Amino acid sequence: MRPHTVALRAGWARGVIELRQSLTNAGDLFNHFFWPTLMLITLYFMRDVSFGQTGFKLGTLVLPSILGMNTAMAMVSMSQLLTADREDGTLLRAKATPYGMPSYLIGKIISVSGGLIVDLAIFLIPALFLVPGLAAGNVKSWLTLAWVLALGLVATLPVGAVLGSVFTSARSQGLLTLPILGLIAISGIFYPITVLPHWVQWIGQAFPIYWLGLGMRSALLPESMVSVEIGESWRHLETVGVLGIWAVLGLLLAPALLRRMARKESGSSVAQRRQKALQRIG
Amino acid sequence: MFEHEGYVLDVEGLRMRYGASDVLHDVTFQARRGEVLAILGPNGAGKTTTIEILEGFRTRSAGKVEVLGIDPAHGPDHWRARVGIVLQSWRDHGKWGVRELLAHLASYYAGETRPWDPDELLAAVGLTAHATKKIRMLSGGQRRRLDVAIGIVGRPELLFLDEPTAGFDPEARRDFHDLVHTLAAEGRTTILLTTHDLSEADNLASRIVILSGGRVVADGTAEQLAERIAGQDEVRWTLDGERFTQPTAQSTRFVFELFQRHGESIADLEVRRASLEDTYLSLVRQAESGRIAEEVAR
Repeated sequence: MRPHTVALRAGWARGVIELRQSLTNAGDLFNHFFWPTLMLITLYFMRDVSFGQTGFKLGTLVLPSILGMNTAMAMVSMSQLLTADREDGTLLRAKATPYGMPSYLIGKIISVSGGLIVDLAIFLIPALFLVPGLAAGNVKSWLTLAWVLALGLVATLPVGAVLGSVFTSARSQGLLTLPILGLIAISGIFYPITVLPHWVQWIGQAFPIYWLGLGMRSALLPESMVSVEIGESWRHLETVGVLGIWAVLGLLLAPALLRRMARKESGSSVAQRRQKALQRIG
Repeated sequence: MFEHEGYVLDVEGLRMRYGASDVLHDVTFQARRGEVLAILGPNGAGKTTTIEILEGFRTRSAGKVEVLGIDPAHGPDHWRARVGIVLQSWRDHGKWGVRELLAHLASYYAGETRPWDPDELLAAVGLTAHATKKIRMLSGGQRRRLDVAIGIVGRPELLFLDEPTAGFDPEARRDFHDLVHTLAAEGRTTILLTTHDLSEADNLASRIVILSGGRVVADGTAEQLAERIAGQDEVRWTLDGERFTQPTAQSTRFVFELFQRHGESIADLEVRRASLEDTYLSLVRQAESGRIAEEVAR
């Protein structure tokens, strides 16, 4: 077998095994259902609230936006998983195995993407029954959703890997939470971005969360609702542009940073972290 | 590149420097195919640094290192497939099944070596009864067996074990030693292990390299080490009802002189030969004081 065949095959197997594990154990299943359920409850209370004078229901606007937000959060999952796997020695095992590192990464990409699709479905399927006025009946909507999702993953997973290789402990990962919540607040997810001051809109538009929300709205909302957006346009070209820049940045940075991270792994560095973590518990 | 003269490990003039201080000075040793080599030394002697350089996990500062004929700093994947590393697991792969992980890891080697069949390997390390268990449900001893199984799943030509029995209870330790003996008996796997425990080195290794303060202070079989470095024997006797104890490097001569001087008044004579442990301790002590003298001289 040729080397990259081994890596691809092992990586795929790894991803599928991890995905299956996360769907068959209680702790992970709880995580899979917790956020979607919370979002469904939020949606339920928003479904009859109108947005300003437009007559559009806030619930209708928010449903696709949440899909976009969740897609962007794949970045955080990737980052957290990398840090956790470095801390507990999973990464060192990969390093000690032939073709271990590429297989590990392929596996992570598959399990994180797969997990995300499961999470999106857990939210979307009941939500479709809850919220009226979506353009969910035609093929074009689903095709748009598919390319936005795919582009979103390409834009966010490499950046997630970069973050994961920079933050060295689960504790420092916690530092990410606050800025991300802030970004969600200014990214037009739970309320249209146009109500915010211009300079805040600019910040929001620099990050993938806004564009993924917009992309998902363009897929699932009827054409008439475009009037709520900036410039009254779905701005597909700009969406591809901004997400593309994030993808290129991530793909440029990730290999070097991942290699640097992998180079630093050794038995003693894992032992050191174990020592630290045990002290924290004890 | 060829492995000259059948050396599986060839280390020459290895140096490792962190900042301004050297932790390894001019370390040189070799291992031949099928040998079980122990690097023995007190904590902080540089054992882990040495083994991590050989594993390709750490970049050395200077010197020549060849592992299976290849510089581990640039070890390609086909080289990696011939080298086994027993890592101290902690909580990695906790959600994986025992057999599941072994079968998965075996697949990485399929293009390079003839990996173990997972079920045979489980039987070999005594984990058959736990094959379907989640890894996080294993006891400490069972987990270590799994670590060894993972280390040898690709049937490596060379196996690294860093402080393999640290934190073991006596039973787990004996089981582990049995496992290493079984591997060594096959004769195709060269084993390099580090330990600070002399009896472990004596029990497992066919050759011992003693490392102290980042230098090799001795290299040989247990018998050679005990012979080469005269430890202090201990002579005890009673004379006129009083007990005496005298350490000496030459116990036979000392006893002869003792009888010459006191004749039949000597009673309860006992000569305790220097044990390997005494040899080891005196070696380490010598190396330490040598280092201190060197630092004072600087």
